[in-house]
Amino acid sequence: MIVLNNINKVFNSGKANEVVAIKSLSLTIKEGEYVTIVGSNGSGKSTLLNIISGAEMPTNGTVNIERNDVTRLVEYKRSKWIARVFQNPLSGTAPDLSIIDNFRLAALRTQSRGLTIGVNADFKKKVKEKIAILGMGLENKTEQPIGTLSGGQRQALTLLMGVMDETKILLLDEPTAALDPRSADIIMKTADSLIEEHKLTAILITHNLKYAHQYGSRLIQMSEGEIIKDFDNQQKKDLPLTDLFSWFI
Amino acid sequence: MEFYLTALMIGLCLSMMSLGIFITMKIFKIPDITTDGSYTLGAVVTALLLPLQLNPFLVIPVTFIAGGIAGALTGIIHTKLKIDALLAGILVMTALYSINLSLLGRSNIPLINIKTIFSYFHPFNNETYDGLIMAALIVLIIVSLLAYLLKTDFGIAMRATGNSDSMTRALGINNDKMKIIGLAIANSLTAFSGYLVAQYQSFTDINMGIGIVITGLGSVLISTAIINWLGVANIWMQLLCVVIGSIIFQMVLAVTLSLGIDPNMLKLVTAIFVLLIVSIPKFLGRAAG
Repeated sequence: MIVLNNINKVFNSGKANEVVAIKSLSLTIKEGEYVTIVGSNGSGKSTLLNIISGAEMPTNGTVNIERNDVTRLVEYKRSKWIARVFQNPLSGTAPDLSIIDNFRLAALRTQSRGLTIGVNADFKKKVKEKIAILGMGLENKTEQPIGTLSGGQRQALTLLMGVMDETKILLLDEPTAALDPRSADIIMKTADSLIEEHKLTAILITHNLKYAHQYGSRLIQMSEGEIIKDFDNQQKKDLPLTDLFSWFI
Repeated sequence: MEFYLTALMIGLCLSMMSLGIFITMKIFKIPDITTDGSYTLGAVVTALLLPLQLNPFLVIPVTFIAGGIAGALTGIIHTKLKIDALLAGILVMTALYSINLSLLGRSNIPLINIKTIFSYFHPFNNETYDGLIMAALIVLIIVSLLAYLLKTDFGIAMRATGNSDSMTRALGINNDKMKIIGLAIANSLTAFSGYLVAQYQSFTDINMGIGIVITGLGSVLISTAIINWLGVANIWMQLLCVVIGSIIFQMVLAVTLSLGIDPNMLKLVTAIFVLLIVSIPKFLGRAAG
């Protein structure tokens, strides 16, 4: 569960280039909800996600995750609840490290990393089984540096890495923006099944209105740092795709 | 012959520093030049403790701790005060010069008629070969320990930190802490090089560290060329390549000197040599492209 209370975020406060990215925004996302957020560039979607992940601190207001006040908690400490997929496929993985090493780190997201070798036969087998689900043939390339893979393959692996360790929340920041349509479809389907299987609370930012319409149990539109539309599951189901397109005209 | 054995010996002793620079430059992508200061610091600690009839093996942890503190300081200045890594390194290196000088008390201390780490082991009854074997053993042990460390869960986190800091933050890794620990490990290895060289050359000089970082950089660049050329993926083999790079570097310098170049020009030759290593692949790449 995520509770945002009266969040404001101002960049370059007091200067000529002052930007109000988020305006007194309050939002409660319940356990297991899958929220898709749409909005034009500069509407504050990414800033909102960054405030939840801890990459940005709000100017004022409070952030609660799983009933903990995390307003001042730094990003890497919030990772015990949150898994993320970034817009840039390069951001979610360490390119020079092998697939297996990347997965090892992901498997230790909420734990301490000790002075023992954790990449053993058992672990390799477990990772291969997980990767095989993607059907991309990557299970035989686990020793290969992850940087040699395509953007779509890396995003798919980042998604899987998100559920290697205990996860409550999955944040997807335009995960398909850099991908071709086919890879994008695979990512969206994989995300959907992982969210369902692991009962995750998820937020998806997307510019793809078809995806926004197809996936998720709640739909939010943002504009100029505020939530201007908030549709629950039923309202979302009743909303024709053409109406959604008309929001942006 | 003796000439090249000396180069081999110095190459082995300085390979510890090259490993340190490999960690900062290649693993953490941080340009760290604390090296000049921490190298001398290791030699200074050795010159102060060995004449007290201390077992040279007991001095090793002290050297590591001294270098580690120097590196951690650079790391703290860089991460906590958000100061450029290069500047943080220069600051600590400069400060260390005074610290080294006041610890040493004068500009150099000879280490003659003292039991050194090289006088424990006599399989050949030949000073040169015995020294080489000892140095090679030490290098092997350190390379193995380091390779193990880099393969552990902690080591994977270290390697990821320099590779993708957005990823490590999202995976709960404290990047600042990792960088501080990395710089501490790197500089403790550098100080260990100072410890070895001081005993090999039988003196510690306050100026012995000046420009040593260039030697380390050159060695790492040579090793990177070998690693890329042969496509070495195994971390243990990569570290071994760094040691080989360090030896090649010293061999080239030895050849240069044997051609009759004025020893005063040694630093200039070193700098030009490193420049060549850095630039030749670019020229070759352009010609090929």
